[in-house]
Amino acid sequence: MTLKKHISVSKQIFIPIAALVLLAVFNLLVDPAFFKISLGHNSAGDPVLTGYLMTILDYGSEVAILAIGMTLVTAASGGQDISVGAAVAIAGSVILRILVGIGGDGSLRAPIFVGFLAACVVSMLFGAFNGMLVAVFKIQPMVATLILYTAGRSIAAWINNNELPIVTDKSFTYFGGFIPGIPIPTPFFLAVVCIVAALLALKFTNLGLYTQAVGINASSSRLNGINPVFIKWLSFVLLGLCVAVVGLIKTSRLSSINYSVIAKDIEMDAILAVALGGNALSGGKFNIMASIMGAYVIQFLTTTLYKFNVSSDALPAYKAVVVILLVVISSPTVKDKLIGLQKRMKQQKGGGQS
Amino acid sequence: MKENSVLEMRHIYKCFPGVRALQGVDFTLGKGEIHALMGENGAGKSTLIKVLTGVYEKDEGEIYLDGLDKPAVIRSPQDAQRLGISTVYQEITLCPNLTVAENMYIGRGTGRLTNWKQMNTDADRILTNLGIPAKAQQQLSDCSIAIQQMVAIARAVDMDCKVLILDEPTSSLDESEVEKLFGLMRDLRARGVGIIFVTHFLDQVYEVCDKITVLRDGQLVGEYVIEELPRVKLVAKMLGKELDDMEEIKDETNVYHGDDAYVFEAKGLQSEAGIKPFDFYIKKGEVNGFTGLLGSGRSECVRAIFCADKVTGGTVQMNGKPVKLTKPLDAMKNGIAYLPEDRKLDGIVGDLSVRENIILAAQVLKGFFKPFSRAEANAFADEYIKLLEIKTASADTPIKSLSGGNQQKVILGRWLLTHPEYLILDEPTRGIDIGTKIEIQKLVLKLASEGMSVTFISSETDEMLRTCSRLVVMRDRRVVGELSGFDLTQGKVMETIAGGDAS
Amino acid sequence: MTKAQTAKSGPASAKTKMTDTNLLLLITVIVFIIMYAGAMLFLKKGFLKPQTFLNILNANSALIITSCGMSIVMITGGIDISVGGVVALVSMSCAVYLDYQGGSVFGSLLIALGIGLAFGAVQGFLVAYLDIQPFIVSLAGMFFARGMTTIVHTAPFNVANEAFVALKGARILIPGLGTVTKAGKYVDAYVVLGVPVALLIVVLLFLVLRFTKLGRSFYAVGGNRQSALMLGINVKRTRFLAHLLCGLLAGIGGYVYFLYVGSGSASHAGGMEMNAIASSIIGGTLLSGGVGNIFGTFVGVLSLNTIQNIVSSIGLDDAWWTGITVAGMLCVFLIIQSVLLARKR
Repeated sequence: MTLKKHISVSKQIFIPIAALVLLAVFNLLVDPAFFKISLGHNSAGDPVLTGYLMTILDYGSEVAILAIGMTLVTAASGGQDISVGAAVAIAGSVILRILVGIGGDGSLRAPIFVGFLAACVVSMLFGAFNGMLVAVFKIQPMVATLILYTAGRSIAAWINNNELPIVTDKSFTYFGGFIPGIPIPTPFFLAVVCIVAALLALKFTNLGLYTQAVGINASSSRLNGINPVFIKWLSFVLLGLCVAVVGLIKTSRLSSINYSVIAKDIEMDAILAVALGGNALSGGKFNIMASIMGAYVIQFLTTTLYKFNVSSDALPAYKAVVVILLVVISSPTVKDKLIGLQKRMKQQKGGGQS
Repeated sequence: MKENSVLEMRHIYKCFPGVRALQGVDFTLGKGEIHALMGENGAGKSTLIKVLTGVYEKDEGEIYLDGLDKPAVIRSPQDAQRLGISTVYQEITLCPNLTVAENMYIGRGTGRLTNWKQMNTDADRILTNLGIPAKAQQQLSDCSIAIQQMVAIARAVDMDCKVLILDEPTSSLDESEVEKLFGLMRDLRARGVGIIFVTHFLDQVYEVCDKITVLRDGQLVGEYVIEELPRVKLVAKMLGKELDDMEEIKDETNVYHGDDAYVFEAKGLQSEAGIKPFDFYIKKGEVNGFTGLLGSGRSECVRAIFCADKVTGGTVQMNGKPVKLTKPLDAMKNGIAYLPEDRKLDGIVGDLSVRENIILAAQVLKGFFKPFSRAEANAFADEYIKLLEIKTASADTPIKSLSGGNQQKVILGRWLLTHPEYLILDEPTRGIDIGTKIEIQKLVLKLASEGMSVTFISSETDEMLRTCSRLVVMRDRRVVGELSGFDLTQGKVMETIAGGDAS
Repeated sequence: MTKAQTAKSGPASAKTKMTDTNLLLLITVIVFIIMYAGAMLFLKKGFLKPQTFLNILNANSALIITSCGMSIVMITGGIDISVGGVVALVSMSCAVYLDYQGGSVFGSLLIALGIGLAFGAVQGFLVAYLDIQPFIVSLAGMFFARGMTTIVHTAPFNVANEAFVALKGARILIPGLGTVTKAGKYVDAYVVLGVPVALLIVVLLFLVLRFTKLGRSFYAVGGNRQSALMLGINVKRTRFLAHLLCGLLAGIGGYVYFLYVGSGSASHAGGMEMNAIASSIIGGTLLSGGVGNIFGTFVGVLSLNTIQNIVSSIGLDDAWWTGITVAGMLCVFLIIQSVLLARKR
């Protein structure tokens, strides 16, 4: 039994790793240049590493950060938050509103961390709103978050009166780009900070145990003194925090914002990361590291598709196929059928030999 | 196939992962016969019925029906209906959002269209004939549970069935409704319908049934004509052992010897679950219990004590001091522990390991920011696995893969780990094997002798008589009496449950 | 209908409480009437003209059709968020077929139906027979449809096919409801071809849901899947058919949409799934399944657009108000439902 447990844990990490290896081998065979990393200089003259792998590390980090929160939401509520893309737009808009403001000249009116803190607060408030609909009013998460999914980008545009503030201060570009002297993209470090924070939270609090207990059996958790409503709500608030970080990265990349395009479809990637990490989308047990692995694997897939000149608009079609394959393979019905088939084949074999 | 039989099941086998639910069971039902299917929880009654009604597919064996020369193929509830087998389940299996008439007629017949007007008239006629106080066009969820159950029966009755299965239909009915149902069953018997009747109430078996088939541990014990099987023998057959094993823990404990300090006292306690306000107390080291029929409100009472349902009124004192309890955590902090009635729904956290399930409550009490270390958790888990002799491969095994009895022990361990002053056990022995039942009863008495106060609830009165020194009797969601000392006899309990109007 | 029956079955039924479906429908209808009457009283402007109302129908016949499909799926306890994507894919495919492949109008209609049925069948199979969460399945469906749309053709363009353009321009004049313009010229009120199609579908589905076995099975499955199975309903087939029907309606809706806009574009019908869900919910379809009404959905679509019209006519015509209004209205109705359900239990 102990052995079995080891297998089941390693199996969860195994899914994203296997997918990663598969993609890597594919790229290696088709074009080994995929793995080339070169040291260059960006427009400011600072040393930067470039290459497809760096792109994956860079953009995968956004998804990885969201995947942390999405994993918690999935585990606690048994559903997913599809409003994260729109929420990122809001967070970014808030940052720009604080830093530059409507009709600003692009110079910073407030320190960056103030803008970021404001974004954190606003994102967590919107997370709290989603969480309230789900936990208190017991609306299915994906439908509850549909509200913000629709309104989010409109709200983001409204915050800045539909203007597109531009930040001219160079230090703002560090978060989505490179810190002078460090050739590795900053989002990766931000992701590491978030991951470490998440792991510490799981280690030094009962967040993990409570979340899983609530996700598996809310009624039983309540009778053990856990407040399932609060835990579900909390997971959405924490996701809000992750959203704020991504909002910072996204706006920093552009030094501005495009309300209808920023973080478009990122919710799909975040959900996919959770699924690819082998976490049940119906909630319960979870593994944060597997989700994070999943996030980078998805970026790997995206980058590979880009390399083959798939346009960004057509990308969802390919990812949709991956999602469907994934959920079909992991669906209990299909699993049962496969096991049944295996048994029958074994029986036939046994029959043939005897 | 025998003459006069309407249904024969031969050598039925059915396995679930880890459980052999049915092992070569035979069952024969005659025309115009009411046949009781008896057995303890987990004996295989429900599985046999679900095989017959197409909910489960059997692994092996044959089912023969009157009028068919070949073995019947039943793969789905539709197949069963088509072959003239209709079923009324214990839990309501109707659609709450449809009307009464729709619930009676949906899923039947072959046409694409239905004459709804005709259907409503027909339904109203049947409801009137059976004396069911419901209207055809009423939404089902607006009816009481008992009426919903009656509607399910009306549906089954109207289907011109050859075989009617009643799976514990009486658990939510009151006496007059049960009488009505029995009248109905006798009518159908006269019309030649074979009726399979599953119930836990022995009285009812002896009142209406012609034959009894007893199952135990998925195997057939035997088929008996009712006159030839007195109650005591029936119980012995169901349990598979004579009553000696249980005798040893009888007697001396029935009188409470402790001091008179109240550990817990409630006045006028009332909850959302719809129980009448009740007073209750328990002393240190006392074992008492709530008794009453299913649905009499006994579970709701203890749920109110633990704040599992929202408390709407009343005052509570712990050790003489008034306390305000509003949620389970408050109760836990005051040293109350509660093992819920529905183990699957309210007790276990299925996918979590045995270890996590054991430490859960204690962990919650310790606090969100103070998780147990791995070593501590392991130590606790090992301690209780050993203490309660929990049969599990390891502490890492998910609790859902344990047997019912062992799951129950894990939950018990969880609450013992919180070292409660007052332990509430709601049906701790339901659906678990007899050996574990006795172990749990012994444990209760041992805990009480060590000073813990325990409230014990069980559907089996003798179990309660054996463990409790005081019984609170419930009827219709109201406390109707309290028994202790020499009044603690089966007869007296029954009498109190039945109440004055019955005698 | 219900009233007539209640009256006939005598005084005993007078006590019978209203079913959830009718209660929610009533709320919706009242809200809509108050809203429209209020607009007529206080805002006047266009609301007094019959054509304003007809224009809501003209612009939303596609939404009405897709919302009907959505309602059916939601009544069985599922959801389908791929409909907007399917509508876009249908528009683009038909546009490309008509202008680049020299296809006929009839052929394009077949393409529309084929795409709708294919999406419905695949999604229905995954949901009903493999028991995968409908949301995930249709989320993938939505992304697949959107992605495929750009793969079929990237740039948006207007269809030039003559037969099609003639069909697109066809108007059904309604005598008696016309208005007199400032120049003193009498203008007939009109509806486009999509409107009768949408109305026909509403009536047809209303009857199907109310009077056929299949219709009642949808409700039964949504009310309690396990019970429905025990009552002898083929639950899997019922769920499959609901999704198939929804896909088919998305196909038809897609064609009606195409007929209205007359172009193919990857950004067509953006957020239509959202509007369809919102219309269903406002129309009294319960998210948890088992309760809903096609007529309510129809009123839901009208309410949704009326409130948008009101919002823009009181001066809040910035683009973002639409999204916020829809979301706000949806939020209110969701909470009404949630509270209503909590009260019942």
